[in-house]
Amino acid sequence: MSTRRRRTHIGEERFEPAPLDGPLLDVVDLTTYFDTPRGRARAVDGVTFSLERGRTLGVVGESGSGKTVLARSIMGLLPKKNLIRSGTAMFEGHDLVTASSDELRSLWGAQLAMVFQDPMTSLNPVMKIGNQLTEVLRQHLDITKDYSKELALALLESVGIPEAKRRLGEYPHQMSGGMRQRIVIALAIACGPKLLFADEPTTALDVTVQSQILDLLQEQQRERFMAMILVTHDLGVVAGRADEIAVMYAGRIVEKAPTRTLFSSVRHPYTEALLRSIPKLAQPSHTRLAAIGGRPPDIINPPSGCKFSPRCPYAQDRCRAEEPPLMDAADPGHAFRCWIPVGTPENRAALEANRAAGLASAVAMAAV
Amino acid sequence: MRTAFFKLVRLVVVIFVVTFLSFSMLKLQEVATGATIIDRIAPFASQAKKAELTQSLNLNDPFFVQYGRWLGNAVTGDFGLKYTGTGNNATTGTPVSTIIGKELPVSIELMLYAQFLALLIALPLGIYTAYKNGSVVDKVSNIAMFAMLAMPAFLAGLALQVWAAKNPNLGLPTQYIGVGDFPLTPFTSENFNQMILPTISLAVAQIAVYMRLLRSDMITTLQEDFITTAKAKGIPARRVLLRHAFRPSSLTLLTVAGLNVGALIGGAIIIERIFNLPGIGLELVASILSGQVVETQAIIAIIAVIYVLVNFLVDILYTVLDPRIRHARAIA
Amino acid sequence: MPEQSPDGGHDLVTALVHDEATNLTPPDAATLTIAAVESGPRRPKRKGIGVGGWLSVAWLALLLVIAVAGVVTGQKIPFLPDPKNDVGGFKLDMFSPGHFLGTDASGQDILSLTVNGTSASMEIGVFSVLIGFTIGGLFGVLSGYFKGRVGAVLGSTTDILLAFPPLVLAISIVTFLGHSVFWVTIALAIVAVPVLARIARAATLSWAEREFVTAARAQGAKHSRVMIKELVPNVLPAMLSIALLSIAVVIVAEAGLAIVGAGVAKTTITWGGIIDSGRTEIDTAPHIVLIPSFIIFLTVMALNYLGDALRAKFDVREGAL
Repeated sequence: MSTRRRRTHIGEERFEPAPLDGPLLDVVDLTTYFDTPRGRARAVDGVTFSLERGRTLGVVGESGSGKTVLARSIMGLLPKKNLIRSGTAMFEGHDLVTASSDELRSLWGAQLAMVFQDPMTSLNPVMKIGNQLTEVLRQHLDITKDYSKELALALLESVGIPEAKRRLGEYPHQMSGGMRQRIVIALAIACGPKLLFADEPTTALDVTVQSQILDLLQEQQRERFMAMILVTHDLGVVAGRADEIAVMYAGRIVEKAPTRTLFSSVRHPYTEALLRSIPKLAQPSHTRLAAIGGRPPDIINPPSGCKFSPRCPYAQDRCRAEEPPLMDAADPGHAFRCWIPVGTPENRAALEANRAAGLASAVAMAAV
Repeated sequence: MRTAFFKLVRLVVVIFVVTFLSFSMLKLQEVATGATIIDRIAPFASQAKKAELTQSLNLNDPFFVQYGRWLGNAVTGDFGLKYTGTGNNATTGTPVSTIIGKELPVSIELMLYAQFLALLIALPLGIYTAYKNGSVVDKVSNIAMFAMLAMPAFLAGLALQVWAAKNPNLGLPTQYIGVGDFPLTPFTSENFNQMILPTISLAVAQIAVYMRLLRSDMITTLQEDFITTAKAKGIPARRVLLRHAFRPSSLTLLTVAGLNVGALIGGAIIIERIFNLPGIGLELVASILSGQVVETQAIIAIIAVIYVLVNFLVDILYTVLDPRIRHARAIA
Repeated sequence: MPEQSPDGGHDLVTALVHDEATNLTPPDAATLTIAAVESGPRRPKRKGIGVGGWLSVAWLALLLVIAVAGVVTGQKIPFLPDPKNDVGGFKLDMFSPGHFLGTDASGQDILSLTVNGTSASMEIGVFSVLIGFTIGGLFGVLSGYFKGRVGAVLGSTTDILLAFPPLVLAISIVTFLGHSVFWVTIALAIVAVPVLARIARAATLSWAEREFVTAARAQGAKHSRVMIKELVPNVLPAMLSIALLSIAVVIVAEAGLAIVGAGVAKTTITWGGIIDSGRTEIDTAPHIVLIPSFIIFLTVMALNYLGDALRAKFDVREGAL
């Protein structure tokens, strides 16, 4: 392993060396809009967070909340056509939002990596697994062909692929979904990136395999001291595996907290609804699932005021008129975006008022 | 392996049917027009000569026997004679196999040149315009390709002929005026002179077809997830295009180009006629027009068999190239 | 293998070439041209067919009118210089007085030749595709709908027919049966049948899998009813654009046949006939060859454009649902 050297790319000299203090990733007011025929879609509408080395951030939200766009926008993987971005995303001294293609390309694979959702389509179907691995190794590391093959083998073994040697010469379609995802993970961590994005890494897999994959991710992360951003719609996935969770809705973070705090003292009604919708073993059978009523917001013509207000059981006039800013809670590291946060007396009063007025979401709350 | 066997069986069956069809087509013509084969070959021979010829060609035997005999002869390379004698010498002529031996290579060479030229231009153009989809270069090339598509080979050929006639200083012959054998050796100026215009004519339409197919497939492939993965690995654009995107996108193109190989051998007839190239297509036309039934039969059969064989080979090649098909077949 | 083509609409080609797990079909000039046009850029789904589309329609309508006039007047359309007028001007160049497009080697006016020839060329183009469409389409829909034995047999027959080099077939038919508009049409129709059958089959296959067909059958509909009421209305629009493209191919083929001497006898004027007659004069009087060639070129462009535009218009992909 000591024979590895980072290959210098042309022009890398002009990029500043990485500072060793400060957060690994610092995102400030990142916006990502798409110009569509129907109007401007505000997929990510002002997101701010920072991530320390070796820590895991879970980004949770429904489809359409902007979580996937956020991940790809930070990485810089979105197609440039009709794309409008602003804000900054500082990573190791590079602003990923304004970085050039060459700069990004030198970072991808080597410092930043992504694990995609569907392992069947994210692997090249006509290329052998071994070649797909050695390709990324030789792109970023200055090593010989033979050595890259050894490394590839070691990688496969470290992600738990049985009969790794044989697998090197096989094609993706010859393997099961779980194995393919392991390979995708191997590809992503091959060159030891500092930050790994995992975009719904288990959604396309069988339930039995999901937990294995998540365990694998966690293990690799610990071993390599890698930071991870885990994007998912499933709170259960991040429950035991993230240090911090950010809940997204309509392109913004509506609540952000260390995991334990989020589960114990939830503040935002949407987060509360998400928590509530997870079926619990302790509940009697045939308990009705508490789905969140209403539809995801239109990101081209979003509602005025708080974006969640149309579906919120506690919503009052102020919510519909004025969008709440991100406010700090009492506990450290906890912020939320709500005028009438959960757990306050105003909140309970608002619920009663709404229930009396016959608001559907409020009435449904009582039933559960 | 089982499927390979079935394909082979199918190939043999098709060859039989095709040769049988070409054999019977000529007989059919006899029925339709009332003129016997002998009448066509040697219209001015005496009755006695005609009878002799009929006998030597075994034309009074039952149909299937004739076919069987013909097939047997064909396998050994004996395709009968092209009758060049007249009147009472009507039974003499040159063996068709000799003629085919001289002319088939010309057609094959033309086909190879045209394919090479077409791919030379279509491949990079297709890849580049797919990559720069929507750019000015792309739009311009699309219009150009559209026009080229509307330009069938013979139109291009005629236009080139006119141009060559108007520019005699270029030394390009508008037609082949042959004495002796056709200069087949590539890279000689003789060969180049004779072949350049017909090659371009044939290639024009092919360029448009290939380029469009490749571009279309590449654009689709470039939107696939594994391309994003490759990008996210930090792989430079050129490598992503050539190493990742090209291979899965090239299959349709390859299939069509491969099938074209077979199609162009018999299909360059018009170009050969325009430029007077002594290829197998021209010979076929000449034989049909001059009533050389035996020769016609042989050439049709040969062209058809080549066609079928090439299709078969392309099919095999296809399974080699796409590992998914290979494995699906193995399981099936 | 990409099946869903958001840009290139060559699913029919893909289906054609990889029918039934790569049971390959040899394409010919027709299929290849169709393949190429089909794989072109999709027009955005605008309401109309665009300026180019309407220009093409105008051109084709003009040709149609001229063609009908030609048929009605027996290729002696009035108000043109008399085609058989050998006024002594042999091989006159373009823009000569009285002969705007020049004359050919025997003094016949090119303009009137070309205009009069429209009827025969268009007849051949339209009718051979019509016949080929009907028979081939029928075959194709049947073989695509009935999987299993019937479909396989029909499919194999088509394959074998396709194995025959098409040009050779056409030349043989015309040579042996007669050099008339009728026989040329028949010859080209026979060549077209297997190609169109293959395409119809591919189109039917892609539709027959859909659920509305199963639903119709589950309601007790007979095969024929399902085919007529469910499949044909969906297959037809796709085939329409193919039909236009095929007409273009046939018009070119007619000229090709004429060049090799298997065309219509010179007593009837066709575009191919004019081209062929001008080949000997190419050094001195290229306009004889070039003018009808140009007309063919324009017509083919118009047909290709329309075929392409129609395909884009009628292509209601899953994405729209």
